[in-house]
Amino acid sequence: MTEQNFIIESKDVHLYYGKKEALKGVSLDFMPKEITALIGPSGCGKSTYLRTLNRMNDLIPDVTVTGTIKLNGKDIYSPKMDTVALRKEVGMVFQQPNPFPFSIYDNVAYGLNISGMKDKQKMDEIVEKSLRRAAVWDDVKDKLNKSALSLSGGQQQRVCIARVLAVEPEVILLDEPTSALDPISSAKIESMLVELKERYTIVIVTHNMQQASRISDKTAFFLQGDLIEMGQTRKIFTNPKEQATEDYISGRFG
Amino acid sequence: MQSSIEERLTKKSKKAKLETFGKSLSFICIAFIVLVVISILYFVASKGIATFTQNGVSIGSFLGGTDWNPSGKGADGQPLVGALPMITGSFLVTFLSAIVATPFAIGAAVFMTEISPKMGKKILQPVIELLVGIPSVVYGFIGLTVVVPAVRNVFGGSGFGILAGTFVLFVMILPTVTSMTIDALNTVPRHYREASLALGATRWQTVYKVVLRSAIPGILTAVVFGMARAFGEALAVQMVIGNAALMPGNLVSPASTLTSILTMGMGNTVMGSLQNNVLWSLALILLVMSLVFNIMTRLIGKKGAMK
Ligand SMILES: Nc1ncnc2c1ncn2[C@@H]1O[C@H](COP(=O)(O)OP(=O)(O)O)[C@@H](O)[C@H]1O
Ligand SMILES: [Mg+2]
Repeated sequence: MTEQNFIIESKDVHLYYGKKEALKGVSLDFMPKEITALIGPSGCGKSTYLRTLNRMNDLIPDVTVTGTIKLNGKDIYSPKMDTVALRKEVGMVFQQPNPFPFSIYDNVAYGLNISGMKDKQKMDEIVEKSLRRAAVWDDVKDKLNKSALSLSGGQQQRVCIARVLAVEPEVILLDEPTSALDPISSAKIESMLVELKERYTIVIVTHNMQQASRISDKTAFFLQGDLIEMGQTRKIFTNPKEQATEDYISGRFG
Repeated sequence: MQSSIEERLTKKSKKAKLETFGKSLSFICIAFIVLVVISILYFVASKGIATFTQNGVSIGSFLGGTDWNPSGKGADGQPLVGALPMITGSFLVTFLSAIVATPFAIGAAVFMTEISPKMGKKILQPVIELLVGIPSVVYGFIGLTVVVPAVRNVFGGSGFGILAGTFVLFVMILPTVTSMTIDALNTVPRHYREASLALGATRWQTVYKVVLRSAIPGILTAVVFGMARAFGEALAVQMVIGNAALMPGNLVSPASTLTSILTMGMGNTVMGSLQNNVLWSLALILLVMSLVFNIMTRLIGKKGAMK
């Protein structure tokens, strides 16, 4: 049973926005401590699928999800599932850097704060460790009490990643985290993600095919709400099974 | 043909003329408004200062004195124009009503923006708009017939006083403070809420630790705005506060505010007399305070914008 190894298993996931079917039966599994890239033309349902994994779609009115998604074997859509606990296990980084209008320190400490951590010294340690792992410690160590909004976009995004790391999730979901950033900031985030892979399972939506091929172990190609193909990144990019995948990768559409 | 082009280019077009006309018109209007404001400021200031320059009252005895009887004279022969009882009264009702109104306003605003926006829009919003539109004399009348007797029954005494004034002002400023607080919460970007929930915060934690915290400048502005309104309100307060120019020893004995003494005394004094001039001095305090409130909201806004 190789299935035992998967950290997330999703089976026949359909998602409807009202009557509109945005995911048409997606079955996709994720290996722990790997980077999986979700690619596909815009509007094909990558973000929608990503958001099913931490149930952020619950926040949108009139959304229906069917099928099963399991995290470590537990059905995350079962009525017994605590979404608050789930989201501590499955963190998320958004397309637009979205730090709170607080100090850098308070941003990173937010997750600890809401979990009721009181130990200031421990908190300091975790904040520093998270900022280091997010490769932004050197940029901000002298101004932890400054507003996070005073940072550049790339620094803000890394602080947002540190904010997620501080909660110690198992899985990190990233929705086009570098699409609003300059190439240098993007490169920093890419190499940081490759390092984070040692500890975390990473699922990243990206528009940028080079990015997917540079950093990911597996790649999944979506088209109009369907998962077309999923496999080793090298295989998908050099020798895809499906014609649609090849067309997309060679830039024939999208 | 050629001449007509030349003509058209050199002569002012109809549109350009219209534009000049519009510009001059709006300039005249603005100049007029500025002139009116400056004259009012000048008028109130010159009249209000006359108490000190012409009648020789010291500023200390005006701001710090506790005896108010402008037509009489004290043992030292100085006129009794101590305004401290009214200043105290005004600040007390203002702060107390703001302190009571703020939690209610925040609660209502959280309900309307975070908990049940649909019901909020359908029911609370129209109610609030209605409340804002009710004339203050109606609030005063209700205060007189409901609040004053209620205070009398619970605390004894006449029922008139700071407490009754606070209650009436609380109801009067609540809609304004609430609707401004709602605006403040609505300007907190959606993505702050999403980020917080995605980090495993509960809805309540998100409201409390992110939404309210990010909206602090806006909420403060709302409260200061309510305070400015409370400080300047005359009619309704005058109807329930008892209008005794005494230092308020407790919250349920008759007291007075700057506005209530002003409206009471206005018709009974002769222009140019000391009795009239001190009323202008009270008006000057009101004017200065409204300026202070105004500056406060601006400073808060600026500080919020910097973050
Ligand atoms: N909140 C929503 N309400 C209704 N339809 C939505 C919503 N979000 C996304 N969609 C639709 O679902 C489809 C997939 O969107 P999305 O997951 O954002 O695609 P991608 O991230 O691949 O660009 C699109 O057709 C989009 O219009
Ligand atoms: Mg997307």
